Amino acid sequence: MKVGVVTFPGTLDDRDAARAVRFAGGQAISLWHGDADLHGVDAVILPGGFSYGDYLRCGAISRFAPVMQSIIKRANEGMPLLGICNGFQVLCEAHLLPGALTRNHELHFLCRDQKISIENTTSAWTSAYSQGQEIVIPLKNGEGSFQCDDQTLATLENEGRIIARYVGENPNGSRNLIAGITNERGNVVGLMPHPEHAIDALTGPTADGLSFFTSLLHSMVGK
Amino acid sequence: MAKIVVDVMLKPEILDPQGTAVGAALPRLGFTFAKSVRQGKRFEIEIDGEPTAEQLAQVEKAAETLLANPVIETFTVRVEK
Repeated sequence: MKVGVVTFPGTLDDRDAARAVRFAGGQAISLWHGDADLHGVDAVILPGGFSYGDYLRCGAISRFAPVMQSIIKRANEGMPLLGICNGFQVLCEAHLLPGALTRNHELHFLCRDQKISIENTTSAWTSAYSQGQEIVIPLKNGEGSFQCDDQTLATLENEGRIIARYVGENPNGSRNLIAGITNERGNVVGLMPHPEHAIDALTGPTADGLSFFTSLLHSMVGK
Repeated sequence: MAKIVVDVMLKPEILDPQGTAVGAALPRLGFTFAKSVRQGKRFEIEIDGEPTAEQLAQVEKAAETLLANPVIETFTVRVEK
């Protein structure tokens, strides 16, 4: 199982994402933003960071990188794709997911261990969780407030496409406490908090995040 | 040489915490005129000569594709003398 991890200029969390893939039993393949060749990977992770310095809007310039053209094509064909934090922003800018991520409602950059509940266990990235399971993983962002129009929000709710919600106080002003969503097909997932930073007790607050990566391996092996 | 200006604003229904913060700072400095403040972006694009209809159409396309995110933002294109 080969999982590609993309590095854009300004990406920070590619190493942790690759480590999480290896922890889950997969093979992590580094993908470079300027190279449209996906090197035979079965799935792709867009990790967190500040690609292109967050210039213009977060993810707005990364969306047009050569590697993204290949990723968008493969994702539309069903390849599993996970965007974490900045990766989530890139997925929204690329219109692979609806809505947009905007400035946190209180303007502060947040960095904390955040409790979230898993609301959808049918996606390629969440099948190893149980419905309603509460987990704690790091949340660190300045522009993590999920916004969309009322109709899109109703669609996401009615189709069960909300992957995870914040538990307790709304940390960033996201509509309906949304921490992550998926596309209609369930192969593309965007998540604001960071499961790749919580895969073992030595380096993270918990090991709760590892199941995102084991979910992927299970979903791929089953095919 | 002409200048094409693209103004980008968050849609009215999208929360604008930066504008709100600016609006809250004004009265602290004694400026009490503002009912509300919204913050946007302005792009100034220089071109050689007077813009053609085709160039303006290209700028519209670029604004829709890159300069603004139509999910959360609106934009206007105009030529500045």
